[in-house]
Amino acid sequence: MMGMLRMKIGLVIGSVVLSAGLWLGAPATATAAGGGITFEKQKWQHSGPFGTFDRAAMVRGLQVYTEVCAACHSLDLVAFRTLSALGMSEDDVKEFASDYEVEDGPDNEGEMFDREAVPSDYFVAPYANDKAARASNNGAFPPDLSLITKARVGGEDYLYALLTGYEDEPEDFELGDGMAYNKYYSGHQIAMPQPLFEEHVEYDDETEATVEQMSRDVSVFLTWTAEPAMEDRKRMGVKVLIFLGIMLVLLVLVKRRVWSGVH
Amino acid sequence: MSGSTFETDNKLVNWFEKRLPIISLMHGAVVVYPTPKNLSWWWTFGSLAGVALVIMMATGIILAMHYTPHVDYAFLSVEHIMRDVNYGWLIRYVHSNTGSLFFMVVYIHIFRGLYYGSYKDPRELLWIIGLLIYVLMMATGFLGYVLPWGQMSFWAVTVITNLFSAVPIVGDAIVSWLWGGYAVGNPTLNRFFSLHYLLPFVIFAAVILHLWALHTSKSSNPLGVEVKTPQDTIPFHPYFTAKDLVGLAVFLIVLFFFVFFAPNYMGHPDNYITANPMVTPAHIVPEWYYLPFYAILRAIPDKLGGVIAMFGAIVILFLVPWLDTSKVRSSRFRPIYKQFFWILVLDCFVLGWVGANAPEGHFILIGRLATAYYFLHFLVILPIVGMIEKPLPLPESISQPVLKGEQE
Ligand code: HEC
Ligand code: HEM
Repeated sequence: MMGMLRMKIGLVIGSVVLSAGLWLGAPATATAAGGGITFEKQKWQHSGPFGTFDRAAMVRGLQVYTEVCAACHSLDLVAFRTLSALGMSEDDVKEFASDYEVEDGPDNEGEMFDREAVPSDYFVAPYANDKAARASNNGAFPPDLSLITKARVGGEDYLYALLTGYEDEPEDFELGDGMAYNKYYSGHQIAMPQPLFEEHVEYDDETEATVEQMSRDVSVFLTWTAEPAMEDRKRMGVKVLIFLGIMLVLLVLVKRRVWSGVH
Repeated sequence: MSGSTFETDNKLVNWFEKRLPIISLMHGAVVVYPTPKNLSWWWTFGSLAGVALVIMMATGIILAMHYTPHVDYAFLSVEHIMRDVNYGWLIRYVHSNTGSLFFMVVYIHIFRGLYYGSYKDPRELLWIIGLLIYVLMMATGFLGYVLPWGQMSFWAVTVITNLFSAVPIVGDAIVSWLWGGYAVGNPTLNRFFSLHYLLPFVIFAAVILHLWALHTSKSSNPLGVEVKTPQDTIPFHPYFTAKDLVGLAVFLIVLFFFVFFAPNYMGHPDNYITANPMVTPAHIVPEWYYLPFYAILRAIPDKLGGVIAMFGAIVILFLVPWLDTSKVRSSRFRPIYKQFFWILVLDCFVLGWVGANAPEGHFILIGRLATAYYFLHFLVILPIVGMIEKPLPLPESISQPVLKGEQE
């Protein structure tokens, strides 16, 4: 009986520790796929089981995206209506959307026409198609940013590192035409010119727009675009695990009771 | 299934019973089924696999309501599920993480069988049906991984289907037949979706056969001595329902830990990039549960040879009931084989590790040695150890005071 109980407890603790270890015990630096490049893990308000998005940072990050990144990168999967998650009112969202023009139609004459965007529309891509994007970027393709933090090893930590990783190339490094040197990009040559410089944007909340600050803010914003349900997910997760934990204890008690007569 | 003692006064039930005795059948299978009373926790993984299968089918059917199997829309429709469908993210994460844990559960279930000699007479068919289920699961998992049409989806299907081109003469014809064209494209995605929806139902049917075989030959047990008297068994319900529910709760805690707090931990970031036939990812790796076979595939320098070795690694498992010459089932009483069992487990982990890495440098050598050892285990060690090993004395029966050191 004792042996069984020990085994039971061992099994439970073992599996919980195993999964927690896999997750929490991840090293403080991450290695991007290929090339053995390491970068630091940042502290984010949204990490951990109780993490929530930093609303102010998201709003600033949206500004960095629209004023800087949007010149080259699309954000196809994000609808304006979802910006309410940043704390924007319905009217704010309407007004934000109305700055964009989208093609609609055909109308009753069979013609396509442009109109002001409404909240149900999606962010408008800077280029008409991939070829146009490449043509304007030295042959390189600026990827859509909607899922970028889930599409790279290291996620938002990598994004932050990339945006702050520009520097002059070492003397013996042969930089290709139109390429920039970046500490954290695999192969160290990236076709994206350094996008952020001090005071590149002017924040409404008067936060100082350092390169680090803007990089952080846009990383938070893009973490949200990649996983808009994260807060709901974690909130529900805490409840579900507490429920299952209680359930487990009760089931263990039931099991011991049922088995108490078996020898 | 088992001889039933089902009786009731309920008129409706009896009316039904007379025409279709399904209630007494279920009663025999999950209530009175005589179960060896010494089954350990390793015997809960079978029912866990059953629960996992049901979770997969339930979530999969809901996903299919919102998914679009077209190369231009597949990726977007998955994101639509993640963003717009109510609790779509939950359904999708449960489906993908249960998929991974299902394999973990089944691997434990298989190794349980290997350790306790569960495949031996009279359970050979039970074992073989189990392996057929496993092969079907691998096919289903592979087909499903293609559906989100991310970079890894596309390149995994390209690499794996291309293996068939190694078949002499008809290889290329087979590959274009699989693709439905001359490249992986929309016809490929369409048929993969169709088959991914079909196979779980085939698995379900196979599970029923599996349980039928189980209830015919009855469960083995950690001692590996057959049930002799009624004192050796207890009814499945309430004893093993209570025990399996504890296992289920632990399983759900692990599952939901991943779903809610690390939902993409077992996935690959490249699958959040839309499939692009023009851009090859730096490392094409299959899902973790195929990695040992992937390592075996790449261990052989010849393409056809690699494919044969990979399929051989699975086929060999079907022969295990006849390769094992030991008269004793359970490794508890097999001091020598027990050691080799754990070496095999280690070998499989090594193969998985090699499969996850690019075939360069020392990984090539390690992969080849581990592959050779895998076959050595089944073809040489398993038959020979059974012949030369002197097993420990077996207990009289399950309820007989067990010989030294075996008491709970
Ligand atoms: C002048 C156009 C331009 C601007 C502005 C720009 N990018 Fe880029 N970006 C590119 C190009 C081109 C690439 C492709 C680089 C390559 O393939 O080498 C790229 C690539 C990237 C990548 C992918 C890196 C990888 O690991 O593959 C990320 C992430 C990224 N940009 C983020 C941003 C963010 C965030 C901003 C705004 C702060 C931004 N970019 C502004 C042109 C731009
Ligand atoms: C969908 C997948 C599967 C399901 C749902 C399933 C279900 C079950 C269940 C409920 C049991 C009885 C409980 C137990 O012994 O754990 C069982 C027993 C068994 N299964 Fe499976 N199984 C699956 C896959 C497999 C596979 C892949 C194999 C092996 C290749 C296998 C081999 C066996 C054997 C040998 C037994 C009897 C064990 C004994 O009594 O000692 N099963 N299975």
